[in-house]
Amino acid sequence: MELTTLVDPLFRLPLATGVVLAVVLPLLGAVLMLRDEWLASLGYAQISAAGALLALVAALPALIGGVLAAGVSALAKGASGAAGNASYGFMMLGGWAALLLIGANTSAGDQVAQALIQGQLYFAGPEDLAAALLLALAGAMLLPWLMNKLLRTRLLPHHDAANGRPVRRWHTTFDLLAAAGVAVATASMGVMAALALVLAPAWLAFRVAPSWRWTLLLSSVLGVLGFLIAFWVALLLDQPFGPVLVAVLLAAVSLSGASSGVAPSRHPWRNAASGRSQPPPTIEDPGAPDA
Amino acid sequence: MLLKIDGLVAGWSRPVVGPVSLRLGAGDVVGLWGANGSGKSTLIAAIAGHACCFAGHIERRPGLRVAMQPQAPVRLSPLPVTGRELLRAARAEIDGLPPTLALASRKRLDRLSGGQHQLLSVWAALAGPADLVLLDEPTNNLDPQHTGLLADMLCARRGDRAVLLVSHERPFLDAHCTRVLELAG
Repeated sequence: MELTTLVDPLFRLPLATGVVLAVVLPLLGAVLMLRDEWLASLGYAQISAAGALLALVAALPALIGGVLAAGVSALAKGASGAAGNASYGFMMLGGWAALLLIGANTSAGDQVAQALIQGQLYFAGPEDLAAALLLALAGAMLLPWLMNKLLRTRLLPHHDAANGRPVRRWHTTFDLLAAAGVAVATASMGVMAALALVLAPAWLAFRVAPSWRWTLLLSSVLGVLGFLIAFWVALLLDQPFGPVLVAVLLAAVSLSGASSGVAPSRHPWRNAASGRSQPPPTIEDPGAPDA
Repeated sequence: MLLKIDGLVAGWSRPVVGPVSLRLGAGDVVGLWGANGSGKSTLIAAIAGHACCFAGHIERRPGLRVAMQPQAPVRLSPLPVTGRELLRAARAEIDGLPPTLALASRKRLDRLSGGQHQLLSVWAALAGPADLVLLDEPTNNLDPQHTGLLADMLCARRGDRAVLLVSHERPFLDAHCTRVLELAG
């Protein structure tokens, strides 16, 4: 199979949808990682998968069901003031249980649930691309406005609180954006691929980027590269897209680990940040007795 | 007058400090000194709105902007945010950074020493738009050179704002504050 397959009219919509999501999801992932809430991707993905399945059972569009379920969860989290991964852990458990129960009690529900987990990117249609573009537009409008606020509330949490600024509103706005992003991605590429695009590029960028600006840029670039490689390999080898994307991104994570020298250094004074060897500082105690 | 405190009794689940009365105007650099557990940090937290007020009242000038630096800055790892990005997020000036801090500010925060991070966080509070700056133990983690830099920062732009700072280092407070309040334990 040739590279031109990527622009085959049959695959143009899935390709365009995936590229847009591969730009946006890693940006959301970077902010979630900054807040130490990377599990949000799995929590929102499971909830939105359950919402999508419920919508299908009720003969409604899956995309709308997924976005609504994830949005309501984000609002509930914001209203309760919950923070950290524990709330997303419970969200994930609830969504997972609902997905299995709905699947077990409806005709063909089990197959649809399986499809939502694995991902069926090649069937993405115009509504998926429209949702992805809307998400990108919302991200382009909200993230520049939110970014410094979110950085400040994370790193200098007392500054805004001491001035009575609407910190919870900022966080809930971002939660809604993240929930919508994961829900749109889950509907078009499945839970596994959505989680992979939120988690892996940001995780990598956090370790190698020299600044926050570069972290955001690198996250998106890695997301798009990983997506394009996985899309082509999955088509070439006729494999499900979600697991292939995970394999590609895990390979990138492993490569970055190998190149940054995860193995212990022979020199205990090796500078972890620069990678350059430096002699240990000399410490002399003038009062020490001669050996 | 930027801040007026009358008969304040503050604490968390129960009163810890007070009654305290205090006035702060532009140009004041007031040190809070006292034994461990005397309620210095609780008093600052009450002014910032974090701790509970059991009696008395705190009156802020309308529109007063407050910056607060707690005892330990938030340190995360990994954290790919540079010192400059932290200062921009805090809307603090970058141009006037002391040379050693200017160099450090280009690095990721997770690659700075505890003292460099502490001083950057203090700068974020002092060089920002706040009218009232609350500093809790700003001399933590600082060697003599960096303590000197902190003293310079406190002196700069003194007329624009008020500073209330907690420290265990009485000589530092005596040397750099316009007055020192001692809290009884």
